[in-house]
Amino acid sequence: MSAFVGKYADELIKTAKYIATPGKGILAADESTGTIGKRFSSINVENIESNRQALRELLFTSPGALPCLSGVILFEETLYQKTSDGKPFVEFLQENGVIPGIKVDKGVVDLAGTNGETTTQGLDSLDARCQEYYKAGARFAKWRAVLKIGATEPSELSIQENAKGLARYAIICQENGLVPIVEPEVLTDGSHDIKKCAAVTETVLSAVYKALNDHHVLLEGTLLKPNMVTPGSDSAKVAPEVIAEYTVNALRRTVPPAVPGIVFLSGGQSEEEATQNLNAMNKLDLLKPWTLTFSFGRALQQSTLKAWGGKKENVAKAQATFLVRCKANSDATLGKYITGASGDSAASESLFVKGYSY
Amino acid sequence: MASFTSKYADELIANAAYIGTPGKGILAADESTGTIGKRLSSINVENVESNRRALRELLFTTPGALPCLSGVILFEETLYQKSSNGTPFVDILKEGGVLPGIKVDKGTVELPGTNGETTTQGLDGLGERCKKYYDAGARFAKWRAVLKIGQNEPSELAIHENAYGLARYAAICQENGLVPIVEPEILVDGSHDIQKCAEVTERVLAACYKALSDHHVMLEGTLLKPNMVTPGSESGKVAPEVVAEYTVRALQRTVPAAVPAVVFLSGGQSEEEATRNLNAMNRLKTKKPWSLSFSFGRALQQSTLKTWGGKEENVKKAQEAFLVRCKANSEATLGAYKGDAQLGEGAAESLHVKDYKY
Repeated sequence: MSAFVGKYADELIKTAKYIATPGKGILAADESTGTIGKRFSSINVENIESNRQALRELLFTSPGALPCLSGVILFEETLYQKTSDGKPFVEFLQENGVIPGIKVDKGVVDLAGTNGETTTQGLDSLDARCQEYYKAGARFAKWRAVLKIGATEPSELSIQENAKGLARYAIICQENGLVPIVEPEVLTDGSHDIKKCAAVTETVLSAVYKALNDHHVLLEGTLLKPNMVTPGSDSAKVAPEVIAEYTVNALRRTVPPAVPGIVFLSGGQSEEEATQNLNAMNKLDLLKPWTLTFSFGRALQQSTLKAWGGKKENVAKAQATFLVRCKANSDATLGKYITGASGDSAASESLFVKGYSY
Repeated sequence: MASFTSKYADELIANAAYIGTPGKGILAADESTGTIGKRLSSINVENVESNRRALRELLFTTPGALPCLSGVILFEETLYQKSSNGTPFVDILKEGGVLPGIKVDKGTVELPGTNGETTTQGLDGLGERCKKYYDAGARFAKWRAVLKIGQNEPSELAIHENAYGLARYAAICQENGLVPIVEPEILVDGSHDIQKCAEVTERVLAACYKALSDHHVMLEGTLLKPNMVTPGSESGKVAPEVVAEYTVRALQRTVPAAVPAVVFLSGGQSEEEATRNLNAMNRLKTKKPWSLSFSFGRALQQSTLKTWGGKEENVKKAQEAFLVRCKANSEATLGAYKGDAQLGEGAAESLHVKDYKY
């Protein structure tokens, strides 16, 4: 049956549409405590609350950065943190036209009997948690489902489980005023070619939209966060125009026009790669009934982290670096990015980590 | 995974796109011998081959009509008939820039254990039949699945059976060079409101596109022939703008942008109603990545039939009546219909027949 139209329907539609504004995108700053620890150790910074607060403050207060963003995904701890002069991050973001979002899944667990495939947990008490997050100022949520490509993967079980989990999460969010970002990530790990990735991505997305329909999710109040369609990590790279063609065709075949925006994950791509691919998609002369933008974590923060190194005296430099990536990606959503405009070597570094766990 | 690549892929894509040309649409002239018999008896005309041939000749040779059409669906008998000067109908159509199509289903049969729900037959030997039809000049096919709205209908079984029957038919057509028109008709019979029709239509279309994906059908080489979203036949009418809003929204929520065109069936609507509704849809300012056109049978032929009455001396007048409807619908695909078509006899007459069987 049709979409559930609860008391938040109009707000959800408005919020989803705003997040999809051309020229803007999402900063994924929702690294869990464990994950941010890995990032910190790579720059020799201690994983304590004050450092986690300092990093996020650095990002959010970067001069000129927030106009490039429509949303920031936060981890629960960050939702309740403040700037150093005492203003809640949530308020600071809202005042600057950026919508706070919240990661609500509780990570992946193995599906017994499969070859290392997983499902995502987090549905228990999700209803109550969403209500709390809405009260705290969050207006969208994110849940990451993970699939992999292999000889017999993704299996029908894994596709069904992950699609249904996403659908159940999505409707619970909508019942509680949060726009659900639906993220069915197909990992790049493997030696498959781009055609295989396209085939799997299309199969997965088709299952996801069937599940969303079954669960009465209001598509106009959702966003999709898919992988781009690329060759596997062990295969040769291809040009951004090729990635753009395969990706946009996969989406045209599966994502209903009612979805207002598609916010790509960057996976293991380098900052520059991710931007160039997004740019190529927006330049592609093919009918696209949803906006194509970014929801990048590593691909927005990598060089910024390196420039910061945890030192107060590096903050301004790090913020300038962050602004460069924000602007580049903002331009990319309009198909206006000029390659090489930002010449940092860190920007070209691959961020691929085999079997990456958040 | 993804679509299979038929050797006819490029041709299928080109033909499907051509059928969706703005300003054009489809004449559904594929009434089976039994069904055309009912039409002919309503105007006191004997159901013999020469009369069936004469009617189709009247339609296909109407001056000025073919430019309004991109395709004509034929019944098998008609595919092999000729005009009175010996030109095969198929050639007349081709020369007029109209693609010949062929009805390939073999009618509906009941699903035991349901409340009068049906599935459609015709898969046996369909591959060979398609090849034959392609050789005879057909370039697209049609298969009608039927669902109804009731207390417990459509059931999950009826939806699944019909969706997967359509998908299997579609894949076989593409293997053999015919663009499959996918027709999941939800009958208008009933006292339900427009919201109910919208719910059911969305659920059915979502199931269809999941089935098409499972069967590796290449969406760019298909067309959709759905019902418009309207109140039930026993409910009060609504304005064309309301029909347009609900219909287009249902399509936005379920039909991927890769589908080049949606060619509506007219169901039991009068000629004028069907045209006005189509016009309103094309005037609606919202996302429509597929063109919206017509595939009308009764709603193109009703007043023409009445005017003809089987008499040679009425042919010219009947052809004029036919041209009026062709032009009106051509304009409606452009949102340019002014509602001023000279209403032929019966143009405003409802064509609803309860539980209509083709």
